[in-house]
Amino acid sequence: MSSETKQILTTDGIPLEVSLKKAEKKNKIRAFLLVAPLLLFLFITYVFPIGEMFTRSVDDKMITNMLPKTFQAMEKWDGKELPSEEVFAGFYSDYKVLIENQTQGKLGQRLNKEKNGFNSITKKLMRQIKRNKIDENQSIKEQIMKVHKRWRDVEYWQAIKRTAPPYTMAKYLKGMDMYFAADGSIAQVDEDRRIHRILWLRTLEIALFVTIFCFLMGYPIAHLLATLPMKYSNLLMICVLLPFWTSLLVRTASWMILLQQQGVVNDFFVMIGIVADDNRPEMMYNKVGTYVAMTQILLPFMVLPLYSVMKTISPSLMRAGKSLGGTPFVAFWKVYFPLTIPGIGAGCLLVFILAIGYYITPALVGGASGTLISNQIAYHMKTTLDWSFASAMGLMLLSGVLVIYWIYNKLVGVDNIKLG
Amino acid sequence: MALPSYTETRYRIWHYFYIAICTFVFFFLIAPLFVIFPLSFNAEEFLVFSEGMKRLDPEAFSFRWYHEMVYGTKNPWGLAAKNSFIIAIFATIGSIILGTLAALGLSSRHMPYKGLIMAVLISPMIVPLIISGVAIFFFMAKVGLAATHTGIVMAHIILGTPFVVITVTATLSGFDHSVTRAASSLGSNPFNTFMKITLPLILPGVISGGLFAFVTSFDEVVVVLFLAGLENTTIPVQMWTGLREQLSPTILAVATCLIILSTLILVTAELLRRRSERLRGINR
Repeated sequence: MSSETKQILTTDGIPLEVSLKKAEKKNKIRAFLLVAPLLLFLFITYVFPIGEMFTRSVDDKMITNMLPKTFQAMEKWDGKELPSEEVFAGFYSDYKVLIENQTQGKLGQRLNKEKNGFNSITKKLMRQIKRNKIDENQSIKEQIMKVHKRWRDVEYWQAIKRTAPPYTMAKYLKGMDMYFAADGSIAQVDEDRRIHRILWLRTLEIALFVTIFCFLMGYPIAHLLATLPMKYSNLLMICVLLPFWTSLLVRTASWMILLQQQGVVNDFFVMIGIVADDNRPEMMYNKVGTYVAMTQILLPFMVLPLYSVMKTISPSLMRAGKSLGGTPFVAFWKVYFPLTIPGIGAGCLLVFILAIGYYITPALVGGASGTLISNQIAYHMKTTLDWSFASAMGLMLLSGVLVIYWIYNKLVGVDNIKLG
Repeated sequence: MALPSYTETRYRIWHYFYIAICTFVFFFLIAPLFVIFPLSFNAEEFLVFSEGMKRLDPEAFSFRWYHEMVYGTKNPWGLAAKNSFIIAIFATIGSIILGTLAALGLSSRHMPYKGLIMAVLISPMIVPLIISGVAIFFFMAKVGLAATHTGIVMAHIILGTPFVVITVTATLSGFDHSVTRAASSLGSNPFNTFMKITLPLILPGVISGGLFAFVTSFDEVVVVLFLAGLENTTIPVQMWTGLREQLSPTILAVATCLIILSTLILVTAELLRRRSERLRGINR
């Protein structure tokens, strides 16, 4: 070979390296264009709306937009003693605009949430302004302070100042049973009113136990399915796949029939004499119902990943373990079980992720003590219409799920999810 | 599974215990579905086995609730079934088209950021339905598609595509790309190559993904509850209202029909899976 490196040229006279890079780039673009429609569709209809949930959950612009002059004047106020004349004047002119637009009621309601007693004093001020009792040529501060003694109380002005920022984390704190106290610090809700923390813990508890139950029940049958000869295992596989393909509501309905007080399970218990006929236990509308129904519904999601891993383990490994002197238990524990850990991880994470966001089954068979965080989100979306709070709770749940999803992706890889 | 004759007693006991557990779990999985069948033929209005049914008295059984399901006055099931099928069919078509295209791109070895994009595409399957429901509702309300069939179909395409992406990517993993190169070298354009070579080979994967998308849409209730108006009611929504409010055996008649439908889908999916495995076996 000569000392100077020869460039290899294609037939067009372009260096091969350049030509290859060009082809590579073209292929990249082509591959990306195939994915683009779905990606774009998902971004517009799904990913951005989830992002919008975030802006909705922290949005607190209503008062910021209602009292622009007040907040401008308040910037100079130290917040310790009664504010100056300019703040009162700013509030007066903002409030007059609101009265003209007839939106002053919303302000009163919103401020009343911040501090009790605002509704009546804003209404009183409105009546004074409507009757033209306020003389704009004199000190507005003095006149407003005469309307009601609460206008002389600095705490009420501090409450107005707290509503100034256009964004608030208050909804997230509410989701954890906390709130901003009068001095701006974070405080805990009274012990007997901490409903959300109970719900979070219950959701975690139910998801965790359902995962454990699914594992305990799924492992033996996945093992049986993987070791039986094909013609038997195919038949038994139907027992796993038929519930998997059957409507969730059908399965929930069948559990409602089975578990009711006059239901088949209770009939059976009475028949074998565990319980008295007039003392049938309540198995539905409580946690028992939620556990039983969710375990049965999510069991296929545990069995299928376990099965696909166990199928790849050669039976000769167990035989080797035994022939080297291990008892069947030792051979199982030291050889077989470690090999199934990827399947266990996949199944448990999948079941846990699905269980933590469950909604339909707990709502139907759970009753009051079986409801989960999803039910609370639906309640705020549909009944109280507090959408920003529902968004905040949803995102808190989502962040938890995404952490697990990330772990799942690291351990198993999303492209390794197997179906059926 | 026969045990060898030299097995010690304690392992013998353990083995029977293991078989007993497995039997119990299989029973636990499948038995609840079979309670629905006999009860749907109940002649009475209650959702419990009457004395007559326990004695197998023919008087206690009837087709009353099936009759009610089809001909009942002011009965929502006809409209619900129509809506369910229309929505599910369009959602399946949409999911198949978008999902298959994406899977083709994803399984190309030139695809940049493969892991990240895959994670985004699969996310509707992982994100709790209630959150998807809230987000999709906000979007549809903003663009004025809430309470329309179009809005629900779009929502179900979102939820259905991950299944198509997964199954088609899995089929393509055993796909021999030299056949498409052969077609190109013989002068076929990319579209023709896809229609004549690639599509027939990946068809089992596409159809089984489509079945998943169909079932997802047909069974979906959380998102529809947010989006649907009175005219968009579907079978799951009707069942949901029925189970919460007036528990009537008509629901069991509907449930029986749904179980039969899911059995048909299961059989189709199984046949396809075997065919796909056979085809991929040849390719290797």
